[in-house]
Amino acid sequence: MSEFPHKPTRRTVLKTGVAGVAAGAATVAAPMFFMRNAWAQEFCNMPTGGSVTLGFNVPQTGAYADEGADELRAYQLAVKHLNGEGDGGMINTMKPTMLKGNGVLGKKVEFVTGDTQTKSDAARASAKRMIEKDGAIMITGGSSSGVAIAVQSLCQDTGVIFMAGLTHSNDTTGKDKRRYGFRHFFNAYMSGLALGPVLESAMGKDRRAYHLTADYTWGWTQEESIKNTTEGLGWETVEAVRTPLGAGDFSQYLTPVLNSGADVLILNHYGKDMVNSLTQAVQFGMRDKQVNGKQFEVVVPLYSRLMAQGAGENIKGILGTTNWHWSLQDDGSKAFVKSFGQEYGFPPSQAAQTCYTQTLLYANACETAGTFAPPAVIGALEGFEFDGMGNGQTLYRAADHQCFKKVLVVAGNENPTSQFDLLQVVEEVPREQVTYNPSIFGGELGSADAKAC
Amino acid sequence: MFGISKINDIMLLVAFAAIILAGPIILEPIGASYPDLLQKFAIFGIFAIGFNILFGLTGYLSFGHAAFLGVGSYAAVWSFKLLSMNAIPAIAIAVVLSGLFALAIGYVSLRRAGIYFSILTLAFAQMSYNLAYSVLTPITNGETGLRVLRTDPRYLDVMFGADVGAAQPTTNFFGIEMTGWPGFYFCGIVLIAAFAFSIVIFRSPFGMTLRAIKSNQNRMGYTGFNSRPYLMSAFIISGMYAGLAGSLLAVTDPLAGAERMQWTASGEVVLMTILGGAGTLLGPVLGAGIIKYFENIFSAFNESVLNSLFEFMPEDVRHVVVEVAGLFVGDGWHLTLGVLFMIVVIFLPGGLMEGAMRVLRIKHSPKVTNIGKSPQRDIVGEGAIEENLDDRVRTAPARSKPTG
Amino acid sequence: MDAILLQILNGLDKGGAYALIALGLTLVFGTLGVVNFAHGAIFMLGAFCAVSINALLKLEQVVLDPTQTTAWGTPLEIRTPYIESWLGEWGTLLIQYSVPISILFAIPVMLLIGLVMERGLIQFFYKRPHADQILVTFGLAIILQEIIKEIFGANPIPQSAPPLVAGSVSITETIVYPYWRIVYLFFSLTLISGVFAFLRFTTFGMVVRAGMQDRETVGLLGINIERRFTIVFGVATVVAGLAGVMYTPILPPDYHMGMDFLVLSFVVVVVGGMGSLGGAVSAGFLLGILQSFASMNEVNSILPGIDQIIIYLVAVVILLVRPRGLMGRKGVMED
Repeated sequence: MSEFPHKPTRRTVLKTGVAGVAAGAATVAAPMFFMRNAWAQEFCNMPTGGSVTLGFNVPQTGAYADEGADELRAYQLAVKHLNGEGDGGMINTMKPTMLKGNGVLGKKVEFVTGDTQTKSDAARASAKRMIEKDGAIMITGGSSSGVAIAVQSLCQDTGVIFMAGLTHSNDTTGKDKRRYGFRHFFNAYMSGLALGPVLESAMGKDRRAYHLTADYTWGWTQEESIKNTTEGLGWETVEAVRTPLGAGDFSQYLTPVLNSGADVLILNHYGKDMVNSLTQAVQFGMRDKQVNGKQFEVVVPLYSRLMAQGAGENIKGILGTTNWHWSLQDDGSKAFVKSFGQEYGFPPSQAAQTCYTQTLLYANACETAGTFAPPAVIGALEGFEFDGMGNGQTLYRAADHQCFKKVLVVAGNENPTSQFDLLQVVEEVPREQVTYNPSIFGGELGSADAKAC
Repeated sequence: MFGISKINDIMLLVAFAAIILAGPIILEPIGASYPDLLQKFAIFGIFAIGFNILFGLTGYLSFGHAAFLGVGSYAAVWSFKLLSMNAIPAIAIAVVLSGLFALAIGYVSLRRAGIYFSILTLAFAQMSYNLAYSVLTPITNGETGLRVLRTDPRYLDVMFGADVGAAQPTTNFFGIEMTGWPGFYFCGIVLIAAFAFSIVIFRSPFGMTLRAIKSNQNRMGYTGFNSRPYLMSAFIISGMYAGLAGSLLAVTDPLAGAERMQWTASGEVVLMTILGGAGTLLGPVLGAGIIKYFENIFSAFNESVLNSLFEFMPEDVRHVVVEVAGLFVGDGWHLTLGVLFMIVVIFLPGGLMEGAMRVLRIKHSPKVTNIGKSPQRDIVGEGAIEENLDDRVRTAPARSKPTG
Repeated sequence: MDAILLQILNGLDKGGAYALIALGLTLVFGTLGVVNFAHGAIFMLGAFCAVSINALLKLEQVVLDPTQTTAWGTPLEIRTPYIESWLGEWGTLLIQYSVPISILFAIPVMLLIGLVMERGLIQFFYKRPHADQILVTFGLAIILQEIIKEIFGANPIPQSAPPLVAGSVSITETIVYPYWRIVYLFFSLTLISGVFAFLRFTTFGMVVRAGMQDRETVGLLGINIERRFTIVFGVATVVAGLAGVMYTPILPPDYHMGMDFLVLSFVVVVVGGMGSLGGAVSAGFLLGILQSFASMNEVNSILPGIDQIIIYLVAVVILLVRPRGLMGRKGVMED
C-alpha cells in the first residue's frame, strides 16, 4: 500500500478499529432478548397462537411471473378451502383425508407471500424472511429447478418443510434430494419414460433425433433422460447442441438441423426459450418437411399451458408431457377446475394444480400426524398413498420424496374451442410405467431431526 | 489536511458503528429486524462502499462489479468445501482471488475511459456469468449453485479433528455458527471495518489523487502524473471489497449462484450507490439498505397485508387505495424502484444524502448538479475547501460543453 | 458450404436487427450527446404497438351460450372478433395482416413517444454527464416495462406473420429460409438506407450533420439546432419501434425483451464507435455473422461455450485494438 505514505492514517485505522469493537461489544447482547420465543420452541416456528402461517414463495417478477401469479391463485384457493370457505374443492374428493375444513389442527391457516425472481439468491432471501420474520412453518412454491433445489436445501438446514412447486429436474428428488423437501410434480426422467411408447407408436423405431438443449442443469438432465428413452427405442441421436439460456433468436442453431439428416427435433427448452425456439423452428418450415422419406417432427418434452399460449398456433400437433391438464374428467380434477374457474374465471394451469395439491397434502399430513412437528409430518408424508387429487392413485415415495402418479402425454390442440383449450391429452401413461428405481440418481435425504430456529 | 478534523471522522465512525450494531432494535418498527435482511444490509453495504471507492472517487463507472462478488462467493464456498468451514480462510481466499481477478480485468479495462470502460467491464462480467452458468459448471455447479456437501473433504478441518460427522456442516467463526444473529454481527463488524477503511481512503492523499483524476484527468497527465497505477489500485481495492461482500454472502449462507454475476446485479450496486449518494461516505450503505428493503419487504406486501394496513379507511376508499398501492408493491415493487430512482436522479443527483442534508440544513452545501460530482457532504467530517474549489471548477464554461 | 451460406444468412438477419436498434441509439448519441438506456424499452414498446393493434383488431364480442357450460359451470362464452362480424372475411384478413398494419400505426405513435420523451425528460439531461443520462434512462426503462407488464402480463404474446409471407421458401435445394426473415432483412436494409438518405440528401439532414460536427457554430448561424435534434430523437424512436414491430413474428414479445436487447445493442454501438452511423450498421452485421458462426457445432466443439461469449469477446478485442471502435471519432465519450 505505497499509496498511503502518511503515518496518521494508519493510526486512524487502529483507533477506529478499537472504537468499533468496543461499540460492538456493548450492543452485541442487547437484541438477543427480542427474539421471539427463542427458548420455548421445540421446533422451528412452532405455531403457538390460534393460527398457522404458510409461506408461498413464487416468481412475481421476471419471465415466470405469470406462472407465479397462477401458483399464488391456487395457494389462496387452497387456504380458503382449508379454512372451510368456498366449496371445498379437492378436499371433498381426496381420499384418504383427515381434512375437516376447519383449518389445520384447529388453527386458522394464514399465509405470507414472497418474490423468488427466479433467482436462487432472491428465493432463499425470501424464504428466510418467511422463516425468520413471519414464522412460516412450511415453504412452498417456485417455478424452476435451480430455485427449488436452493430453497429445499435451505429448508433442510433450518428444519422447515418445503413442498416444491413446479420443478422438473431429476436432481430435485435425485442427487439433491432432502428429507425436508417434497415434490409432487413429475420429472424429466418420467417424461422420458412416458414419451417413449407414444413416440414409438407415432413415429416408429427408425428415427434420427436432433436435440437443442438449454445449456444448464435442467436442460442437461432432460436431454439425458429423453436420449436414454429414444436410444432405447432404437433411434439414433444425430447431435445434441447446447444453446445459451435466453438466446432469443435460435436461427443459428436451427439451420444446421435442416441439413443434418435428422428427422425429429427435440427441444429441451422451457419458458421463453421454448416459446422462441418452437416458434422459429416452425417458421423454418420444419413442420412441413420430409426427411428420409418421413414427416419431420418436433417434440417438446415438457409443456405448460402458459408456454403453449406464448407459442400460439405453432404448437399444433406437437407432442410433449405435462403433469396435469384441466380437461381431465376425474372427480378431483373436475372439483378443482370448478372452484378455480368460479373464483377466477379461467381454468387452472398445471403449476396451479401442483401447488394446490401440495398445500392440501401438507395440511393433511399435519392432521394425520396430529402435530406440526416436522419429523412427524415428514413421517406422515413418506409413503403416503392417496387418490382423488387429479392424478389418479398417487404415492409419495419414501426413498426420494418423489410423487409417483400417471403422466400425461399431450399434443397441441389442432382445433381449440377456447383460448384455454390449447393442449389435448393423447395418453395417460399409468404410474407403473413411469416408476423407476430411486437408487439411479444417488444423493441422500439427510436427517429428519427437528431444529430450533 | 484540508480542514478535515480527525475527531469528526472518529465521531462519524462511532455513530455509524452504534447504528449498525443497534440495527436489530432500530429497524424493528419497519419490520426489517430479522437476521437475513440485516445480513444483506451489511453485506451489500460493503459491496456499495467498495463500488463507491471506484465510482465516487474516480468517476469510472464499472458495469461489471458483480463479477467480483461472484468470484468471491465461489472462492469462499470452495474454501468451505476443500479447507475448512471456518469463515476466516474463506474470506481471505475470496478477497485475494477477487483482487487478482480485478487486477486482470482492470489491467485491460482501464486502458479505456468513459463509456468504453463501462462496456469493457460489462463485457467481462457477462462473459463470466455466461460461462459460469454453462460450460464452467464443474467449478460453479451452474444453475443449481455451488453448495457445501457433507461429503466434501475439508482437509484443514480433518487435520484439526473438527469432523462434523453425519450432520450437515455449518459455517463458523472459531466455533460460533455464522447463521442468524451471530452472522449479522459478524457481517456488521466487517462492515464497520470496511467503512473505517473507506474513511481512511477518502481522507488520504491517495483519495485526493483519485478525486483529482476525476475532476480532470488530462490536466493530471499534463503535469507529468501517471494516473494508471492509482486507478488500478482503486479498481483492485474496489474489487476486493466486492469479493469480501461475496464471501460474506457465502459465509452467512453457503451457496454461490451464477446469477450473482449477471449484469443486472452489477446494475443494482450502481443503483444503490447513486440512490444513497455517490461520493459520500454514508450514501452507499443507505442506498444498499433501501434497495434490499424494497426487494424483501415491499415485494411481500399482498392484498391482505394492504387491506389490514389501510383498515382505518372507509370500505370504498380503502378499496381504491389498496388497488392503487397494489401497483407499487408485491409484484410491482420494481415499479416503485424505478420511480424512486428517476426522482433521485432528476431532482437529487447527490442522492438521498443530499436530500437529508438539505432537509436537516446541517451544513451549508452547494447544490449538487451531477451524480458523482457530489463533494464530501456527510453529517460530520467535511472537506470544505475542496468543495468550493470543485464548485468553481464546475461552473467554468469549459466543463459544461456537451460532447458529441 | 450450404451450412456456411445459411449461417451467413442467419448472421445478416440477426445483424439487420442489431443494426436497426443500434442505429437509433448511435443517432441519438451523435446528435444529442445522450446515452439512452431506455432504447431497448423503446424497441419493446414498438413490439407492443403490434400487440395492441392485434388485440384491438381482435376485440371480441362475447355472447353467452346458456346451452353449453364450461368445466367450471358458467355458461360458455362464444367469442367472435367484432371486426369479423362486421366485415366478414375482410375482417379476418385484417387480423392476419395486423403486423404490417401496425407499422402504419407505430410510426405516429412512436414519433409521439419519442417527442414526449425528449421534451419531457431527455432535454434536461443534455448538460449532465453521461452517467446521469444512463441512470435516468435506465430508471425510465424499468418504469416503461413495468407498465407494459401490468397491462399485458409477463407471458410472451405470439404474433403471426401475414399468410402471404408465412412459412419458408427454398432458395436452393438445400437452403430453406423463412419468408419473414427475408422480409425482415430487406426491411432493415431499406430502413437503414432511408435514414442514411434522409441525413445525406435533405437540407434537414445536412443541418443535422453539421450540428453533429459543431453544434455551436450551427447555432451561431441562427439555426434552431435543438429543435432539429428533437426531431432526430423522434426519428430514432421510430426506427427502434419499427424494428420492434417487425420482430414480433420472429420473437413473441414480452415486457422484458428490451432489456435483453439493451446490452447487446450497446455493445454493437460501442464496437462500431459511439456516434458513428456507419459504424453501428457494420458492427451490427459483423457481430450478427460472427455470432452465427460461433454457434456452429464445428466451432463449438473446438472452443466450448464460445457462442455464449463471442459478442463480448469481440467487443473487448476491438476496443483494445481500435480504441474508438470501428469508426468512432476522436474525443467522443472518453471523459
